[in-house]
Amino acid sequence: MKAQKAAPWLLLTPFLAFFTLAFLLPILYAVWQSFTRVRLSGLFGEDGATTSFAGFDNYAKALGNPEFTASIGRVLLFGAVQVPLMIALATVLALLLESASAKWPRFFRAAYFMPYGVPGVIATILWSFLYVPGLSPFLDLAESLGITVDVLGPSTVLWSIANIVTWTYTGYNTLIIVAQLKAIPGDLYEAARVDGAGPWQIARSIQLPLIRPALMLTVVFSIIGTLQIFAEPKILREVSPAINNDYTPNLAAYNSAFNYNEYNVAAAQAVLIALAAFVLSYAFLYLSNRKAGRR
Amino acid sequence: MSAKDRAGARAADPRQRRANAGSTILVTGILVVVSVYFLVPAYWIVVAATKTTEDLFTTNGFWFAPTTHLTENVTRVLTYDDGIFLRWFANSVLYAGIGGLVATLFAAAGGYALAKYAFRGREAVYGLVLGGVLVPATATALPLFLLFSELGLTNSYWSVLIPSVVSPFGLFLCRIYAAATVPDTVIEAARIDGAGEMRIFATLGLRAMVPAMVTVFLFQLVGIWNNYFLPLIMLADPDLYPLTLGLNNWYAQVERLPEFYELTTGGVLVSTVPLVAAMFVLQRFWRGGFTEGAVKE
Repeated sequence: MKAQKAAPWLLLTPFLAFFTLAFLLPILYAVWQSFTRVRLSGLFGEDGATTSFAGFDNYAKALGNPEFTASIGRVLLFGAVQVPLMIALATVLALLLESASAKWPRFFRAAYFMPYGVPGVIATILWSFLYVPGLSPFLDLAESLGITVDVLGPSTVLWSIANIVTWTYTGYNTLIIVAQLKAIPGDLYEAARVDGAGPWQIARSIQLPLIRPALMLTVVFSIIGTLQIFAEPKILREVSPAINNDYTPNLAAYNSAFNYNEYNVAAAQAVLIALAAFVLSYAFLYLSNRKAGRR
Repeated sequence: MSAKDRAGARAADPRQRRANAGSTILVTGILVVVSVYFLVPAYWIVVAATKTTEDLFTTNGFWFAPTTHLTENVTRVLTYDDGIFLRWFANSVLYAGIGGLVATLFAAAGGYALAKYAFRGREAVYGLVLGGVLVPATATALPLFLLFSELGLTNSYWSVLIPSVVSPFGLFLCRIYAAATVPDTVIEAARIDGAGEMRIFATLGLRAMVPAMVTVFLFQLVGIWNNYFLPLIMLADPDLYPLTLGLNNWYAQVERLPEFYELTTGGVLVSTVPLVAAMFVLQRFWRGGFTEGAVKE
C-alpha cells in the first residue's frame, strides 16, 4: 500500500521537475520581471543595478507603444482570415480523402502532410525565393501576362506570410481530421444510407458533427500558433522592407529584449501574448460549447 | 492498420459503394490540383539546387538549366567552412532525437501515473499541465533565456535540450491512452503476483502505451527539429546551431554575397530531403493522436 502511494509521484517526478524548470519558473519569472524595473547606477551600470517594484508601468509602456498594439491587431486580422480558411480547407480535403470517390487517398494524404516536415524557417526561405521578382517563376509568368504583382509590399506581405503558414500546416490539420473521420463507426453510414441520405447529407449531419473535437483542437492550436508567429516575418524581412522590427507581438518582444535590452518590457509583452492565447482559446471553446449545447 | 486490413475495411465500408465515374474524376481532379500547391515549391527547390546563381536568375524557374550543377552545389554545401553544415545537421539530430526520446519517456511515466493511480493532487497536477499546453512556447522562451543566463546555461547544448524534454501535450495524450488501454484488472493481477509498481509500469504499462508513445515522439521530434525561436535566443556559437539557424545564417548573406544563393538552395534541399522522406513514411503512424485511445478503431 505504501508503494502504491509513492509510485505515482515517483513516476511523475521527472516530468514535473523539468516542467517546473522549463514552464513554471520561466512563467513566474516573467510575471515577476514584468512588475519590476531595473535601475543601473553609474554611467554604464558599473555600480550595480537596483530592482524595484514598477506596478503596471511595463505593461503601460508595452501597450503605449503603437507599434506593439499594431502588431496585435495584425495577428488578430491574420488569425481571423487565415485560421478559418485553413481549417475549412483541411476539413474539405479530409472529407474528400475519406470519400468513396477519391483515388489514391494515401498518396494525396502524404503529399499534403509533407510540408509539415519542412521547418518554418526553411519553408520561409523557400517561399521567399518564390516571392522575389526575377527569381520566382510565378511572378515571371504573371509578368509575361502583363500582370505585375508585389507580394512583398505593405498591403500584401501579411497574406504572403499567411500563404506560407497555410502551406505548412493544412496537411497536418487534414491528418488530425482524417484520424477522427476514420473513428466514425461504419454502421452509422449504413443507417444513413438506408434512410436515403446522399453524400452531402452524410457530410453535414454525420461527419461534421462527429469531427467537432478534432476541429476544436485544430482551431485552438492554430490560434496559439498565430499569436506566436515569429520565424516567417523575421526571415521575410530580408526581402521585404514592409516588415518592421515590431511586425508581430513576438517579434516586438524579441526586439525589446535583444535590441533595446528592455527585458522588463519584453517580459510584460511575453505575459500579454500568453494571456491573449489563454483568453482567445477559452473564448473559442466556451462559445463553441455554448452553441453546441443549444442545438 | 495495415494496407490489407484497410482494403478489407474499405470493401465493407458503405462509403465504397456507388462511387460513380463522374464524381471520381471530379474529386480526384480536385485532389490533384491541391497537391500541385503543396508539391510545386518542393519541385522548385529541386530544380533550383541544380543551378548556378546566374542560371537561377536567367533561366525559367520551372525547368532545369542547360548545365546541371547539383553535385557541385551539394559538395559545396557539405564542405563549406570545414563542413559546418554537417555539424548543424548532427546538432539537429541530437536535439530532436534525444529531446524527443526523453520527452516521450517522461510523458509516458507521468501520463500513466495520472491515469492509473488515484492520489491527492492528481487533478491539480493535471490542470497545471493542461494549462501548459495552452502557453505559447515562445512566451516562455524569453523568460527561460533570462533564467538560464542567470544559471550560466545559455549558449550550451543544455539550453536547447532542457526545454525540449518537456511535452505537456504528450502527457495529456499518454494519460488518455493509458486510461483506455491498460486494464486495472491486469495491474491488480500483477500486484497479487508480487510485482513492484515500477516493474508493472515498465513491463505492462510501457508496452501497452507504445502507439501513443510513437505519436508523442513524432510530435516532439518534429517540434524540436522545426524550432527556431528557442535556439535563436539561446545560442550564440555557430557550432551549436541546429540546421534552421545555420541555414538562416547563410540566407542572410545572399544580398551581399550572391554565391550564398547556391549554398542556400542546396542546403535547403539537402536538409529537407530526410524530413520530407520521413514524413511520407511516418504519416501512417501519425493518427493525429488526439483520437487515439479515446475511440479505438
